[in-house]
Amino acid sequence: MRYLPLTDVDRRDMLARIGAKSVDELFRDVPPSARLGAKVAGLPDHQGELEVERAFQAFAAKNVSPAAAPFFIGAGAYRHHVPATVDYMIQRGEFLTSYTPYQPEITQGTLQYLFEFQTQVTLLTGMEVANASMYDGSTGAAEAVLMANRVTRRHKALISGGLHPHYRGVIQTAARWEGFDAKVGKPDVEGLEDLIASIDKETSCVVVQNPSFFGHVRDFAKLAEACHAAGALLIVVVTEVVSLGLIKPPGEMGADIVVCEGQSIGNGLGFGGPYVGLFATREKYMRQMPGRLVGETVDADGKRGFVLTLSTREQHIRREKATSNICTNAGLCALAFTVHLTLLGEAGFRRLAELNHAKASQLADLLAAVPGVTMLNQSFFNEFTVRLPKPAAPVVEALAAKRILGGLPVSRLIPDDPSVANLLLLAATETATEVGMAPLVAGLKEVL
Amino acid sequence: MVQSLDRSQGRAGGISVGSSDAPTFTGNKALQIEEPLIFEMGQPGRCAVDLPEPPKVKDRLNGLRRAGEVGLPGLSEPQVVQHYTRLSQKNYAIDMGVYPLGSCTMKHNPRINEKVARLAGIGDLHPLQPISTVQGALELIDSLAHWLKTLTGMPAVAMSPAAGAHGEMCGMMAIAAALEAKGERAKRRIVLAPESAHGTNPATAAALGFTVKPIPANERGRVDLAALKSALGPEVAAIMLTNPNTCGLFESEIIEISKAVHEAGAYFYCDGANFNAIVGRVRPGDLGVDCMHINLHKTFSTPHGGGGPGAGPVVLSAALAPYAPYPWIVKQGDAWTVAEDGAKVDGKPLGRLKAFHGQMGMFTRALAYIMSHGADGLKQAAEDAVLSANYVMAALKDVMTPAFEGPCMHEALFDDSFLKDTGVSTLDFAKAMIDEGYHPMTMYFPLVVHGAMLIEPTESQAKEDLDLFIAAMRSLTERAKSGTAAEDFKAAPRYSPRRRLDETLAARKPILRWRPSNSPPGGDPMRQAAE
Repeated sequence: MRYLPLTDVDRRDMLARIGAKSVDELFRDVPPSARLGAKVAGLPDHQGELEVERAFQAFAAKNVSPAAAPFFIGAGAYRHHVPATVDYMIQRGEFLTSYTPYQPEITQGTLQYLFEFQTQVTLLTGMEVANASMYDGSTGAAEAVLMANRVTRRHKALISGGLHPHYRGVIQTAARWEGFDAKVGKPDVEGLEDLIASIDKETSCVVVQNPSFFGHVRDFAKLAEACHAAGALLIVVVTEVVSLGLIKPPGEMGADIVVCEGQSIGNGLGFGGPYVGLFATREKYMRQMPGRLVGETVDADGKRGFVLTLSTREQHIRREKATSNICTNAGLCALAFTVHLTLLGEAGFRRLAELNHAKASQLADLLAAVPGVTMLNQSFFNEFTVRLPKPAAPVVEALAAKRILGGLPVSRLIPDDPSVANLLLLAATETATEVGMAPLVAGLKEVL
Repeated sequence: MVQSLDRSQGRAGGISVGSSDAPTFTGNKALQIEEPLIFEMGQPGRCAVDLPEPPKVKDRLNGLRRAGEVGLPGLSEPQVVQHYTRLSQKNYAIDMGVYPLGSCTMKHNPRINEKVARLAGIGDLHPLQPISTVQGALELIDSLAHWLKTLTGMPAVAMSPAAGAHGEMCGMMAIAAALEAKGERAKRRIVLAPESAHGTNPATAAALGFTVKPIPANERGRVDLAALKSALGPEVAAIMLTNPNTCGLFESEIIEISKAVHEAGAYFYCDGANFNAIVGRVRPGDLGVDCMHINLHKTFSTPHGGGGPGAGPVVLSAALAPYAPYPWIVKQGDAWTVAEDGAKVDGKPLGRLKAFHGQMGMFTRALAYIMSHGADGLKQAAEDAVLSANYVMAALKDVMTPAFEGPCMHEALFDDSFLKDTGVSTLDFAKAMIDEGYHPMTMYFPLVVHGAMLIEPTESQAKEDLDLFIAAMRSLTERAKSGTAAEDFKAAPRYSPRRRLDETLAARKPILRWRPSNSPPGGDPMRQAAE
């Protein structure tokens, strides 16, 4: 048992020091009826590293990795190249195996990168303050609605039909059990939704996504004005954070809270998690934010240093009056984000965004030439929706049989809605190649 | 003997030449390098990635092209590597030694876990790929689910919660859903929780609209059963109880507690933060638990990562299993499938808690840990964790003051009465531990113990390392009690990358981001000072 340093001699000596005859004595408070005599039945015993690694290789062999197939899926998780430096850095034990920085004197490493992270998030989103990250974009979106409810003291959220269906689901779950209304728009397939008329004096917030789930790029400046005139907040969700290198940031459109899924920068696909939620707002709402915040201060010698701050908002101090029950952020994923974005810098980040847009444009042009395929987007960043002449789900399965991961059938996330059955959502990032696009086009021509 | 710092002179000015605190030209001290922020380092024209020239295409951004700079600094790759490496060296970590942070289970994080999580066929998978292309991933999740159910003796598990507190939300929503199904949600509005509970418990219950009522502890540090029974009634929805509890003690009357709770028509939420103490020896299902979250980053060694990511799967009793949130991973014949929102399942899912399928990267690491240990090793790990905590308790009880009679489980709790009249507080004592090369224990938690010090050594420390830790703690208590060292303690830590930080200033005038205006020209103030 390679992880356990105590020897039998150690154990005997330690028991002697304690004055116990056996380790069982230490468990004497466990009611007799709940004591397991032997180990838990029906489970295998310990294994060596080699055997464990083989077992995981066997799991891996039953999957088709995007590394081994033409790949065009997005929908809230995007496959980007992550520089080797990022993974090296997050595997340094000083970062990997440290805890929440409660002792700032010996966790300045974590605190400083989180301060850098918070600053990067404000710059990308065009907002004034940001927290030290959320679990992911979807939970961040629900926390944003709860925050808007606190700020406005209202309980009615208006949810765009262009919001990722999983995000919508997470908000609706919070609404159902935490007690507020969430009015959801119809799937905004064309990107023409107008929510202004639906805002009233009870609306706490409007939640939109840019680019939308279907890929449309929208200007929300007028929506922001309408929200503010009615005393509501505008929450803008961004699931593809690379788009902020090319598209006007939500802060410049008048957003009050911006939530992004930060996975695209620094974090691999990982079958859906862990990811990293970015959460930014206006300074005036700072004390209503959920999650950890890192602030600058000085130490006893007058040197600059960083600490967790404004913790009177949080559960460990405020308990039932806390702004949120959250105590975990996505520390290491935030580090991956920060290291990758630092590697990119101004020039790299903007070029990465240009490259994504260009690749998606190439893909769009190729698909538009496939008979039966109709492009639905006038605008997009690196993802768009097409209408097929038949249901998209079996088409995607048929492509998968040819080892092509050819997009997401919208019906997977919006079931029971015949109007979206034929819609296919496709993304192309900088990792897409023309060599990979050709089999998709050929495959679609065959299958349709 | 530690040289005492003349605080009246501030900075390093009071230190004589030749002392370890003598200033250097650069402000650096050998391996301790003063490090500016990236925003103070960048130069236009530098970039640490080489990306190809994008093909020329027609712009399809709806006229919403970003105007102006984002404001990101430009650095080269070596600068980025040096910067974050230097920052890393300002952190204490499990990889460096004893990290006795009670309630957090800072155990060894095996590297094989990291390796298998990065296999392309596991780490590089999209969550929405066709189900036929991710059969191994679903099997992996179900394998972990099987272990968690078997180890806890519970029939179901919700895998998607992203952290312990998220798991609490999931479990309490499941309870709300079960009450709703019985038509009792409107009348059962009270959640009972001990005063010693983690802050997340009352925060979670309150978020779901419940009123939180504290239940007192008895003089043995356990729930006062009589007080609990009198608090139960037709308005109570649930009890939220940590077991082993936050005082590091097993709730010896737990079966009577769960019986009383169920007889009153309420549910038993168990906070599983301390599962490491009993895994393989006690199954929570045998204690009458209805749901319990499991912090994979505590009991099952997934890295804490500076505060996340975590994962908080929730095991559920038969009464709550039908309300488990989407997605459900279901086996149909030989194939795995994912039941997603709206899909027909054998139950009434409470909704969705998170995009996609949960913290897969954490599942992989936890399963690798579990398979490495096996049923025999997990039990041994729990026993070693409990043994180590009792050893620390036994070795310190004559110089520190245990909060309760032993034995403890996996953590040893002391109060601050041994520091009475010394002028040294729990905080001072903790900061002095830093100078001795240790991360402090959890302090001032649980709230029910005055000046609490909660020490959780875990099973990962060798006896000789525990012995050195114990000797250091004994030496600190001796110094504290000498009556002459209070100023020394108040000045601690001295040798860490930063000394005590002004948290009041940070909260009073929050600076949450870098701006050119809050950065002195040329970067870090300490560099300035050195010049």
